[in-house]
Amino acid sequence: MERLRVQELEAQCIEEAPPACTATCPIHLDARGMMEFVRKGDIPGGFGIVARFLPFPSIISRICDHPCELLCKRAEAGEAVRINDIERACVDHGYKASALPRAQRAQRKKHVAVVGAGLSGLTAAVDLAVKGHEVTVFEAKSRTFDRIREWRRPPLPASLIETDLVQLGTLGITVQTNTVVGAGGMSFRSLADGFDAAYLGLGSRSVADLALDLELDAEGRIVIDPLTFATSHPQIFAGGCHRYGPAVYSPITSVHDGRYAAMSIDRMFQGASLSANRETQGPYPTRLYTKTSDYAPLPAVVPADLHAGFTAAEAVAEATRCFPCHCLECVKVCDFLAHHGSYPKRYIREIYNNDCIVMGAHKANRMANTCSLCGLCSAVCPEHLPMGDFCLEARQSMVLRGKMQPSFHDFALRDMAFSTGDAFALARHQPGTTSSAALFFPGCQLSASSSDHVAAAYAYLRQRLPGGVGLMLGCCGAPAHWGGEEGLFRSALQSLEDEWERMGRPKIITACSSCYRVFKDHRPDFPVTSLWTLFEEIGLPPARKAPPSGPLAIHDPCTTRDEADVQRSVRALLDRIGVASQDIGDPGLTSCCGFGGLMSFVNPDVADKTIDRRARESDADYVTYCAMCRDNFARRGKRALHVLDLVFGTEDDPAAREDPGFSSRQENRARLKARLLREVWGEIPADEGEGPSPLPRLFIDPGVRALAEKRLILESDMRGVIRHAETSGVKILNRETGHFVASHQPAAVTYWVEYSPRGEGFAVHNVYSHRMSLGKEPSS
Amino acid sequence: MSGEKAPPPRLICGKCDQELSMGKVTLAYMGNSFEVELLRCPQCHLVFVPEELATGKMQQVELALEEK
Ligand code: SF4
Ligand SMILES: [Zn+2]
Repeated sequence: MERLRVQELEAQCIEEAPPACTATCPIHLDARGMMEFVRKGDIPGGFGIVARFLPFPSIISRICDHPCELLCKRAEAGEAVRINDIERACVDHGYKASALPRAQRAQRKKHVAVVGAGLSGLTAAVDLAVKGHEVTVFEAKSRTFDRIREWRRPPLPASLIETDLVQLGTLGITVQTNTVVGAGGMSFRSLADGFDAAYLGLGSRSVADLALDLELDAEGRIVIDPLTFATSHPQIFAGGCHRYGPAVYSPITSVHDGRYAAMSIDRMFQGASLSANRETQGPYPTRLYTKTSDYAPLPAVVPADLHAGFTAAEAVAEATRCFPCHCLECVKVCDFLAHHGSYPKRYIREIYNNDCIVMGAHKANRMANTCSLCGLCSAVCPEHLPMGDFCLEARQSMVLRGKMQPSFHDFALRDMAFSTGDAFALARHQPGTTSSAALFFPGCQLSASSSDHVAAAYAYLRQRLPGGVGLMLGCCGAPAHWGGEEGLFRSALQSLEDEWERMGRPKIITACSSCYRVFKDHRPDFPVTSLWTLFEEIGLPPARKAPPSGPLAIHDPCTTRDEADVQRSVRALLDRIGVASQDIGDPGLTSCCGFGGLMSFVNPDVADKTIDRRARESDADYVTYCAMCRDNFARRGKRALHVLDLVFGTEDDPAAREDPGFSSRQENRARLKARLLREVWGEIPADEGEGPSPLPRLFIDPGVRALAEKRLILESDMRGVIRHAETSGVKILNRETGHFVASHQPAAVTYWVEYSPRGEGFAVHNVYSHRMSLGKEPSS
Repeated sequence: MSGEKAPPPRLICGKCDQELSMGKVTLAYMGNSFEVELLRCPQCHLVFVPEELATGKMQQVELALEEK
C-alpha cells in the first residue's frame, strides 16, 4: 500500500477535527472534554481542563465573550450549550490551585520584559514563566488588571482577581507598577537591550508619544503581524487591544494575543520558524460533521439564582445537553466499524502499520478481513471515505505478500472452487439451438438455496424469450475478489468471458445482485440485465400460490444500493404479484446481510450482529432478491422469503424455510446441474447427481449438524473421513462408548469424526478439525 | 460426544489392537513445528487428537502462527 494514498485517506476522515466550540474559541479550549467531565458529575475534572487552557480561570470564566457558543451545534436542536457558564461553575465548585500549570525548566533560560499588566500582557507573562523563562512585568498604572477591575457586566469581585494573581507569584513573575516605558520613563533602549525579548500589551491608545523605536501606522499604533505578533523590531512583539481595538474589547482575544505572542517569543529563543504550522491558530471553521437531527431539541438550563450562576447540579444538567459532537456516521451504521471501538482514521493507520511490519503479530489482519465491503460507510460518510476499498486493498496486499491468514477464506474459496468445477459449472445453448440471444446466469448461491426456482425460471425464460436462451452455471468469482485473491478472481472472470465469447456474446441475465455488481464493475462490456428488470419487461407467469396476506418489508441486497432501477423493478414486480410491501428505511442506504466480503467466515459474531441489526428494523416478514440474504435471515430466525418464492414457489410458508447450510448448498448445486442435464438436455449424467445420496449413508442428528455447520465441516468431509477409515482400517476404538474416532486430511485441514455403524451407514456423533499437521507438514 | 472428563477412555488402535498411550508427537503449522505429548498407538504411532485440544489450544496456536 502506498503511504501517500494512505495519508490522504486518513486525512479524509474528519472524526478527529475539533468540535465547533473548540475551533471557534480563540485559544481552542477543549469544551467538549470539559463537558464530558461535568456531565459525569466530576466538576474538579472539568476545572482541570479550564485551568489547562485559561491563564486566569476565575477572571476569564466570568468575563469571556464566549464566541464558542455562537457556533455550538446544540443550537440546531434547542439552544446553544452555556459553555461559559459551565466554565464558571467549574471554577466556583471545582477550583483547586494544584490544577494550575507549574513552571517547567527551560533549556536556556531567557529574560523577558512584558509591558502592560492587562489580560494580554499577563497571559504572555504566565505562558513564558511556565516555559521556564524569567519574566518582569512593567505597568504604568498603580495596579495590575486596571481595566477589568472596572468590569460591570457582571461585576467581577476583587477576591477573584486576587485568587488568580496568586499564580504570578507562584511562577516567580516580577511586577513593577507605576513604571512607564518610553518617553518620560524607562527608555526604549533599556527595554530592547536589557532583555532577550519584550512583549507590549499597551492598550488601544496611540503610542506616538512614547518614542518607541518601532514602525507605527497612521493612527500611531504599532504595526503588528497578526500571525506572529512580531513588530518591526526582531525581539519585540505586541498584541492585545492595541492590535484589534479600540472599537471592540474582547477579553478572550486579548488572551489569544498574549498566548500566541508568547509562543513566538519562545520559538525565537529556540531558533525555530515563527510562522510555520500556525494554520489553526485562532478561530477557524471546523470540518467536523455532527448530525444534529438525531437529537430531540432541548432548551438551555437556567440557573435558579441568575446572579450566583449554575449550582453544581445545574452545571451537570446543562453539560448533559452537550451531544457531544462527533461524526462517527459510519460507526453508527456498521457493526464491523463499531466492533473495533474506534473510527476509520485510526483503523486506516492500524491496518497500514500492520501492512508495513514484517515481524511480530499482525493484529489488524482480522480487522481488515472483517469488513463486508458493502460500502455503506462511504455512502453515509460526509467525506465519502472509501473504507471498504481500503480494506480490500489491504487484503490484496496481504495475499501478494503471502500474509493472508489461511484460515480466513479457505472454506469460502473451496466452496467457490466447487462451483467453478465440474460438479456445477455448465455452459450450454438452449437444446435444439446452436446460438443464444440471451444467457441465464443464476449464480452459485441461488442454485444452492432454491434450485427448483432456477429450473423454473430457466424454463420460463426459454418459453418467453426469442432467439435461444443459453444457461451458464458457475460462480462470478466474488468470493475470490472479496478475499483479496485478485489472480484467482481475474481467472474466474476470464473463463466466464471465454465461455460467453464462445456462445456468441449473448445478453447476460443475472438473478444474483452480487454477480450483477461484479460484472458491472469488472466487465463493463458485458451486456447485463437483472432478472428483475427483465421480468418487469416480459411479465410474470401466473403465480402457483396466493401471495401472503400481510405486508412484506423489502430488504434490498447491499449490492443494489446504487442500483435504483433494479430496486424499482423489484417493487413493480411485487405490485404485480399483489403483495403489499414497504421499504426498510432508505433503499439507497440498505445494509449487508453479513455474507458480503466473506465477513461471516472471518468474524461470525460481527456477521451475526450485522444481520440481527437489519432483522430488527421491521417486524414484518422480509422479502429480498438475494439468496444469501434470505438464507442469512432464516439462519438468524427472521422470517424471510425470496422474490422467486412468490413467482415460482409451491410451499405453503416459504418464509419459514430453513437455511440449507453449507453441505446442502453444494449438494443442491450438483443436483441442479444433473437435473437440468437430464430434464432439459435429455442426458444421463455421468455421476450420481440427483440419484440416491452418495455413500456411505450418514445419520447426523440436528445438534451435530449445527456444530458441523459452525465448524465449517461438510457432510462430504465427514464421508471422506469415514470412507478412509473403513477402507484402511486406520481408526481408533473407544471401548467405553463403542464409537470409532478417525481423521483424514484431504488438503489443508484435518477432519476428525466420531462415529459408529448404524444400519447400512454410520451415525456421526461428533466432528471437529484442526489446521496443524500431525508429523511433517505436507508441502503446499 | 467425547466431552466427558476422567476417567480417560480406553482407546484402542483399530489396526494393531493396542491401547493408546502417551508419547511424543510432532505438530507442524506454517513452517513451525513442536513436540507435544499425545495419546498414540505404541506400535503404528497412530495419533489421537481430542476435541478439546483441537478447538482450544491448537486453534489458538494456529491463529498466533498465522498472525506472525
Ligand atoms: S463517516 Fe466515518 S469515515 Fe467518514 S468522516 Fe465520519 S467518522 Fe470518518
Ligand atoms: Zn496401531
